[in-house]
Amino acid sequence: MLASIRPALAVVLSLTLLLGLAVPLAFTGLAAAVFPTQAGGSLIERDGRIVGSALLGQNFSSPRYFHPRPSATTEPDSGKPGATRAAPYNGAASAASQLAPTSAALLEAVTERLAGRRGVPADAVTASGSGLDPHISPDNAREQLARVARARNLPEQRVRAVVEQNTQGRELGFLGEPRVNVLRLNLALDALR
Amino acid sequence: MTLIGWAQIALVLAAIVAAAVPLARYIAAVAAGRVTFLAPLERAIYAAGGIDAAKGVGWKGYTLAMLAANLAGFLLLYALLRLQGMLPFNPQGFDGVPAWLAFNTAVSFITNTNWQAYSGEAAMSYLSQMAGLAVQNFLSAATGIALAFAVCRAFAAGNLKELGNFWADFVRINLYVLLPLALVVGLAFVAMGMPQTLSAYVEATTLEGGAQTIPLGPAAFQIAIKHLGTNGGGFFGVNAAHPFEGPSALATSVQIWAHQVIPFALALVFGRIVGDARQGWALLAVMLGFVVAATAAIYAAEAAGNPLHLAAGVAPGLGNMEGKEVRFGLALAALFAATTTGASCGAVNAMLDSFTPLGGMVPLFLMQLGEVLPGGVGSGLYGMLVFVLLAVFVAGLMVGRTPEYLGKKVQAREIKLAMLAVLVLPATVLGFTSVSVVAPFAASSIQDSGPHGLSEMLYAYTSAAGNNGSAFGGLTADTPWLNATLGLAMLLGRFAFVVPVMAIAGSIAAKPKLAASAGTFPTHGPLFVGLLAGVILVLGGLQFLPALALGPVAEHFALAAGKTF
Repeated sequence: MLASIRPALAVVLSLTLLLGLAVPLAFTGLAAAVFPTQAGGSLIERDGRIVGSALLGQNFSSPRYFHPRPSATTEPDSGKPGATRAAPYNGAASAASQLAPTSAALLEAVTERLAGRRGVPADAVTASGSGLDPHISPDNAREQLARVARARNLPEQRVRAVVEQNTQGRELGFLGEPRVNVLRLNLALDALR
Repeated sequence: MTLIGWAQIALVLAAIVAAAVPLARYIAAVAAGRVTFLAPLERAIYAAGGIDAAKGVGWKGYTLAMLAANLAGFLLLYALLRLQGMLPFNPQGFDGVPAWLAFNTAVSFITNTNWQAYSGEAAMSYLSQMAGLAVQNFLSAATGIALAFAVCRAFAAGNLKELGNFWADFVRINLYVLLPLALVVGLAFVAMGMPQTLSAYVEATTLEGGAQTIPLGPAAFQIAIKHLGTNGGGFFGVNAAHPFEGPSALATSVQIWAHQVIPFALALVFGRIVGDARQGWALLAVMLGFVVAATAAIYAAEAAGNPLHLAAGVAPGLGNMEGKEVRFGLALAALFAATTTGASCGAVNAMLDSFTPLGGMVPLFLMQLGEVLPGGVGSGLYGMLVFVLLAVFVAGLMVGRTPEYLGKKVQAREIKLAMLAVLVLPATVLGFTSVSVVAPFAASSIQDSGPHGLSEMLYAYTSAAGNNGSAFGGLTADTPWLNATLGLAMLLGRFAFVVPVMAIAGSIAAKPKLAASAGTFPTHGPLFVGLLAGVILVLGGLQFLPALALGPVAEHFALAAGKTF
């Protein structure tokens, strides 16, 4: 064991310098040069201000906007040390509900989100894995069409066209699921007229 | 389940096997010391350590060198985490990591477990991620592969005294296998949307006028090695479910590919080192068979949805979506869950705690089968070889002959050591779990009541002892008891397992290699594949079925009866 001390220190320290500093720093430079937008977090600007990331969902509650999926993220409750309170789409603390399939709390939450409706797409009443899911299913978007059109005083036809433009098919034609990016959809709605 | 879902699963698996074949050829060349394109760098590292790379050692020397390297890695990582508040590359100004959490995290990363009792974006500086956690992703993966090389060599020829040089294997695996793959996969990940920057987090103003913090960091490179090395520790708290860590279905597919390709390739490397490719394909067939069966079981369970929610009015089309992301869909969530737990990776792209009871039991059971399907990089192969010895022993008992494998007699010493190794997992898992579900200071960490609460605790110790790192995340893991005992379980699962395995390798190496005769049991055909799969299933099943019956199975029937907790 004693004879291994010098090789252990030398190998671990030199590999740390190489794999932990030299290579990742050079790689960061390369990424910034080749894919600057993605490397910087796929930020979206409007009128010179950063309004979010194309990859992160954000919270919408106004009837004028399409709403994202429920989110289980929280933030520290300033009143009580150690406690947290609900803060949907908190980008600083990704989180899921982690509730069990037999959880009474989960069934209660789902029932409340259903609000008496039936045949609601599952993604509309369940929290995502990250709490930051940027997408909803096309069915979920269709459910919200009438409300958004009414709130914006637009013909449903017009809103439907925007939803369709912002619906992405499966990647490469077969991977994943069809989906609608909520932030991009809402930006497109704001850009109408 | 849909046809297109099955097509996604089939294509990703085909891509893994297709890439494993040429990769195995290359890794075998690295093992033989024939890859030298970074020779000057290699020589500089050997010179600094006073290492004679050409000098081989026996199993004890090899194991001691491995332990020394891991101890040095542990001390360095622990110091980095504790001191991160005073070190550079910390734009968010995070404080040092508390002592127990730093112990747990350092153990977790040197053992290739990558259990996360912390949330990356809320606790770790860029330096801790890049020079601490990511470096151990490389080193722990190289440790596993080096040990696998040593064990493979033991079967290659007769009367061997040496198993190779740990330092040379370790440095070469890092430089020639892991680093080039991580650079290529990392750059692809940046293109797909994973951040790679040293800039501080960005404050965005949302369309409704609220504020949103956008976390950033040097993520893509670390995520590449996290999968290639079957480490699994996420840059962000929710791991590959985070839109920055799994930005698309393509990215999640490449991640699945990355955490499977080296373990599958190593099965074929074994065939190359022992000079009989068919032996490698037999091991690969067992591994792949379990992955396909497990994926199908998870996919079916999740696609059926949660009966309570369906009854309340949820449409059945999307299945069980709690804890899942829309962009991946169920097929890739199921394949990810089966591969990450079969491979001792532990990354997740959907929250296993919210899977249906049977959908969550399959990942748990895959870990309990010993992390050999295909297991972690290296550790999966040497774990599988322990099961191979047990399988030929069982076959030998049935026909009344001294069992042999690849011309090496398998005798009492090897079987005793193999049993010692396979008993580490159940003793650690069931021992700690039973204390922790009874003792109030431990049981208070459990989130869900009813049978699911037992599953959460059982999952935690299974994941730790199996060096997996995935979790039923409802468990509050950052407590002194869990940090300490889960850390201990990880150490036992890694080192108490591998020392007997290396002793077996030493003993096998010294034996003469007998020529195959008419009475030799062939170990490459379907009969042996079936026997090996049976031994793995029966051994794992006998040890853990009682615990599973009280947890996920009981929960399944409760759910079917409409009961909530």
